[in-house]
Amino acid sequence: MKEIRRLDDVQMDEVHLSTPVSAEAIGSLKLGDVVYLSGVLYTAREGVYRQVVDKGLPLPAGLRELTNVNFHCSPAASVRPDGSYSVEAVTATASFRFGKSMAAWFERSGAKVIVGKAGLTELAYREWFVPHGAVYLTTVGYGLGAMYGRSIKRVLDVHWLKELGIAQACWVLEVEKLGPFLVEGDAAGRSLFALANREINVRIEEVYKTLPPPALSRFGEVLSRKDEVV
Amino acid sequence: MTTIPAKLIEDTARELMARAAIDIPPDYREGVRLARDREKNRLARFVLDEMLENWNIATAERRPMCGDTGLPRYYVKLGNEALIEGGLVALEKALRRATADATASIPLRPNRVHPLTREDQNNNVGYHAPEVTYSIEPGGDWVDVTTVHKGGLFGTDWRMLFPGDGVPGIKRFFVDTLIESGKRGLACQPAIVGVGIGGSKDTCMRLGKEAACLRAVGTRSPDPAAAALEEELTALGNHIGIGAMGFAGTSMVVATHVELAHTHTGGMPIAIHQFCLSSRRSTARVFPSGTVEFRTDPQWFTDYYRRQGIE
Repeated sequence: MKEIRRLDDVQMDEVHLSTPVSAEAIGSLKLGDVVYLSGVLYTAREGVYRQVVDKGLPLPAGLRELTNVNFHCSPAASVRPDGSYSVEAVTATASFRFGKSMAAWFERSGAKVIVGKAGLTELAYREWFVPHGAVYLTTVGYGLGAMYGRSIKRVLDVHWLKELGIAQACWVLEVEKLGPFLVEGDAAGRSLFALANREINVRIEEVYKTLPPPALSRFGEVLSRKDEVV
Repeated sequence: MTTIPAKLIEDTARELMARAAIDIPPDYREGVRLARDREKNRLARFVLDEMLENWNIATAERRPMCGDTGLPRYYVKLGNEALIEGGLVALEKALRRATADATASIPLRPNRVHPLTREDQNNNVGYHAPEVTYSIEPGGDWVDVTTVHKGGLFGTDWRMLFPGDGVPGIKRFFVDTLIESGKRGLACQPAIVGVGIGGSKDTCMRLGKEAACLRAVGTRSPDPAAAALEEELTALGNHIGIGAMGFAGTSMVVATHVELAHTHTGGMPIAIHQFCLSSRRSTARVFPSGTVEFRTDPQWFTDYYRRQGIE
């Protein structure tokens, strides 16, 4: 297998995974692989992280055994008058906001696959993901809401709906060929965006040569955008 | 004089909520298609192809194109002779009811929470929610209602520049802002970038957002200085080297719209707003006859809206 050193080395192979995702499957994912998921996953974002990480509540009973995939997401959903759920579109939320909670989250949830928006950093993957055998998949285009939404076959359960509201609750979803996602953080802790940013940073230096320094140079103002990670 | 029934405005607003969430405006879709054809980077092209397909699915299956349906808001243009049954209070009630109904029926994601308690009423209605912005147009007896579902987190920034910073200073801030939110695609680019320049701080923020959300891709400012800046900024944004979703590439900006307000002689406030890959807007003109005309161009920036003179 060719080593991935630059974006041009990325092969974008199509990979189909079923849940719970095995350690073997996780280990064989390559940066930039195009992934589709089938089985069961659950959504968890700030609200759920607060319940589990900050308040120390257990993950809903049985969830840990059912799946090891956590989608950083909340759906465009509603509760119908008959009590059933309508989930028409889903999209991930930016995952860097969960950075400080990830280590504790892995301990408490047993999650091995995180699906979200944009990913974290290679440092975060090395420190928090690799020790737990976890990988990170990013959603594509940040808005494939309809495409992802039609892969949702059933709402199996919703936890903490009353406490957290529709947008923050923990939705347990049965999905079929949900994707495409891209492998952003692999089992070795490498990042697809880190590869991209190395190429982008070269261009940024050229662009800034044509521009004046920042207007105010306020105390504490970041002069170099090369280190921007959020 | 015939009045416009508030109920008709409510029904229209509910339909606009659905159209904005589901149907990508054709001018923007065409802009993204062109960006896709220009884009050489494989990953960025993949992203744009999937987005184009996502819009096909959204339209065919009547699903929201994005799972985050933003912060629903309204822009209302009142013809000077328009009369609404029950007055403007009835209009505002209609818009709030339509928002709550649409949230449940489309569904939209109930994004609006109390900022301190984080309580979610699950209906996108609350303090100053949905926002309603008004403008007036002479010579009309109709009401234009525009729905915009713009996100509310990343991709917007503000800075007080000074006259001496000039256009180079504007360019610097533009590039800084696009890079800040462009890496890893937090701006959900490619984007329509609205730039508000001048006025007071709040005016430039408002104008920048309207420039991003209410002008069709392909339109140019009638002000020659603003029009020239629009072209320069678009080229500059696509020259940074960031493409769709934050991968390397040339598809950062689909269009740049600059709107101006006469400002304090000592300052040059500027605001940058990026309207995401799911650029959601929809407009209808409601006539007293009961006719409703849906369209995709809000026609918000009229000659009257941009007036400079005393008369």
